[in-house]
Amino acid sequence: MASGVKPRVKVPKTAAAGSSITIKTLISHKMESGRRKDKAGELIPRSIINRFTAEFNGQSVIEVMMEPSISTNPFFEFEATVPEAGEFKFTWYDDDGDVYEAVKPVAMA
Amino acid sequence: MELTRRNALAIGAGAFAATILPFQAFAAADEAIAAFTGGADVGEGGITLTSPEIAENGNTVPISVDAPGAVSIVLLAAGNPDPAVATANFGPLAAAQSVAMRIRLAGSQDIVAVAKMADGSFVKTSNAIKVTIGGCGG
Repeated sequence: MASGVKPRVKVPKTAAAGSSITIKTLISHKMESGRRKDKAGELIPRSIINRFTAEFNGQSVIEVMMEPSISTNPFFEFEATVPEAGEFKFTWYDDDGDVYEAVKPVAMA
Repeated sequence: MELTRRNALAIGAGAFAATILPFQAFAAADEAIAAFTGGADVGEGGITLTSPEIAENGNTVPISVDAPGAVSIVLLAAGNPDPAVATANFGPLAAAQSVAMRIRLAGSQDIVAVAKMADGSFVKTSNAIKVTIGGCGG
């Protein structure tokens, strides 16, 4: 499902060097589990985002493998260390091969 | 319904299936844990799972798990058709080994979190959640 997918990420614009910040991410996605049936009684095929990664200047912060038991519009909240100025890159990998990206720069306070 | 011999047998079979099914669900979760730990001993403590006691809507149940010093955490819902929920791997820039997310639960059940620590040991914890409306469709 490539339509209507919109990542939203909340990252502070500035941070002190070496401090930890809280990041919240949300991406709009149906996360069709593959177990629901449509009105005709046919199974709706599975279509989910199966992997999410967060990186800062190329270094990994967190990687989450997702199964169909993750809710519609997957939401994650986690903590990251910011050693220097740079940018966060968030990537979501869809079952159908699509990749959604969001980039957020962070300046030193 | 008249209680004939045939009906009595059917009721008996149904009751038998009802007692067996929960054990099968737990067996699937145990298998998933074993696949993650490789059969190693799993301790207690050092991992916190935060979840609501009662979830009104099984479609989005907010949970968070915190395991200081963990390299990865596996989350399982023993009562879901497929017990695996998510696996989180923490990188060098993770300030805390914690993550919050929203999950689907098919019904009232125990959710289990297993963490792999930096020294290779495993710890787990579990929480019971009551679900008013299940969230897996079907």
